[in-house]
Amino acid sequence: MLEKIFIGSKRYWGLIFVLAAFVLIGVVTYARQLTEGLTITNMSRDVSWGFYIAQFTFMVGVAASAVMVVLPYYLHDYKKFSKVVILGEFLAVPSVIVCGLFIVADMGQPMRVLNIIMFPTPSSPMFWDMLSLMGYLVLNLLVGFVTFDAERKGIPAPKWIKFFVIVSIPWAVSIHTVTAFLYCGLEARHFWLTAILAPRFLASAFAAGPSILLLLCLLLRKVADYDVGKEAIQKLGQIITYAMIANVFFILLELFTGLYANIPAHLHHFEYLYVGAHGEYSVLAGPMTASSVLAVLAVLMLLFPGFRRNQLTLVIACIMVVTSLWIDKGLGMVVAGFVPSPLGYVNEYVPSAVELLVGLGIYGLGALILTVLYKMVISVRKEQ
Amino acid sequence: MEKSRRRFLCALGGTVIGGVPLANALAGGEYKAAGRGLAGDKWAMVIDVRKCIDRNDCKACQDACHQGHNVPKIEGVKDEIKWIWREPYKNAFPDQAHDYTEQKLLDGQLPVLCNHCEHPACVRVCPTQATFKRDDGIVLMDMHRCIGCRYCMAACPYGARSFNFKDPRPFIANIRKEFPTRSMGVVEKCNFCAERLAKGKGPLCVEACEKINCGALVFGDLGDKSSNVAQLLRKHNAIRRKPGLGTAPQVFYIV
Repeated sequence: MLEKIFIGSKRYWGLIFVLAAFVLIGVVTYARQLTEGLTITNMSRDVSWGFYIAQFTFMVGVAASAVMVVLPYYLHDYKKFSKVVILGEFLAVPSVIVCGLFIVADMGQPMRVLNIIMFPTPSSPMFWDMLSLMGYLVLNLLVGFVTFDAERKGIPAPKWIKFFVIVSIPWAVSIHTVTAFLYCGLEARHFWLTAILAPRFLASAFAAGPSILLLLCLLLRKVADYDVGKEAIQKLGQIITYAMIANVFFILLELFTGLYANIPAHLHHFEYLYVGAHGEYSVLAGPMTASSVLAVLAVLMLLFPGFRRNQLTLVIACIMVVTSLWIDKGLGMVVAGFVPSPLGYVNEYVPSAVELLVGLGIYGLGALILTVLYKMVISVRKEQ
Repeated sequence: MEKSRRRFLCALGGTVIGGVPLANALAGGEYKAAGRGLAGDKWAMVIDVRKCIDRNDCKACQDACHQGHNVPKIEGVKDEIKWIWREPYKNAFPDQAHDYTEQKLLDGQLPVLCNHCEHPACVRVCPTQATFKRDDGIVLMDMHRCIGCRYCMAACPYGARSFNFKDPRPFIANIRKEFPTRSMGVVEKCNFCAERLAKGKGPLCVEACEKINCGALVFGDLGDKSSNVAQLLRKHNAIRRKPGLGTAPQVFYIV
């Protein structure tokens, strides 16, 4: 079935070349970072993690969200997802790869990355995060290819694969939980030191991931004439609605504890994030306000079945969900943990052009892998 | 080749880790400890802020440390590297300063450094054990194992760690051959002068402070009840930075 990726329309190849160009830009920029060091990023002694780690966190969520189609399809035998489930699994694959690349891009000594395996350290959440992400990648590749190969041959999938399908469900939850543990186990950072971080990560992931999947499904219907079915889209819409409501609820819980308890160490981060510390302007205040407004509007739109059933408004709501959560997780969450610094200094951070271009390359590669995988799926299914 | 490398590493291990029993164990009979290293159970530092803030512009400790350890002088808050430096009281002790704190103390610049915590968060989170705690309480870095993930910087509640965002060597005025320089992309911090303890000397910052007849910095073994630091802590009420976090810093401040 892999041969299908080499036969495609001009539009397919055009997309491949555009994405390859993105990858090339990323590689060239990364080569510069490798020689000059992370000094050409805008990360600093105080804000020592930035865009890369934030993108990693966001994409772990997208990867984990495959469970939102895998679970109904395999555990509840929800047949309407039959055309979507492989798309979910094959969205998880490039997502995990993107995560890994962002981690490597962030490292000061990337050639030493294998030290994590050579000196396994169970006390470090990063060690467990690596294990769970690697395992999740293997699980999704395995389940995706085995079930799809069986479908292509018109035979039922082998029975043993069910075991890996079942394992992949809690595993998906684990990858984002462990990613939250990276942050919420640090006594130094009050902003992250909250038990709700893992549930919040999961809720936002289960809203953002299926939103991306839904948009991809509609895109495939338009450009590749591959229709996953109206019910599948509507069910995804419901999943997004529940998850986004849970996410907003969790944020409000967080805000209540942070603001009502009035503990300065907690308060200062929220202040910085939404208005600016010590009454000064914060670069994040604008985007974070936008994120909040988008989240509330998206929930209102999704709540009304009329809006949700209308394709245009559903698409708008999904774009709002993704944008809101990307700002929240891919910009605000990581940076606000570092500002104010443990010594009370406000050194702001905005990603540099280098970080954005390396990010473009990594996302480009992810999109390239996704395109190729989806091409394969659609070509095979159209033949049947 | 292999043999000389091994010998070199053994020798390096012996020097860096120091302390008579440890060096003996490492030497494995072939190499004898020099026997002039300082051994301790629980190294600690006591800083008498009252003496220190009388000389608010003094940088003797910082200069001695940074020169002795080839710490690069990089300007600006973004990429700077520091092992020990002076910080206003209200920043070093954000929970302690209040509206009625004596102005002199409030404006006082106190030395801050790695606290060599009893329960170091940096050691806990490091995915490669590149940062580790010795039996004598000193938290050290293995610059050759560090992958530069900066998780330790996120975990440190004291901002004690710096990252080599760029090649540090062009920023060192006079490279001292006695101590290694670092490469780009690794984290570094105060090492309580482990390399000097192995030779029977105290930390550079303490020595510099004594040299100017201030004596605000005192270094010693808290495992020994009769040590200078243990006596000081019995005599005075000393505070530690962010005690509520449970890291148990081994740097104490008399205010």
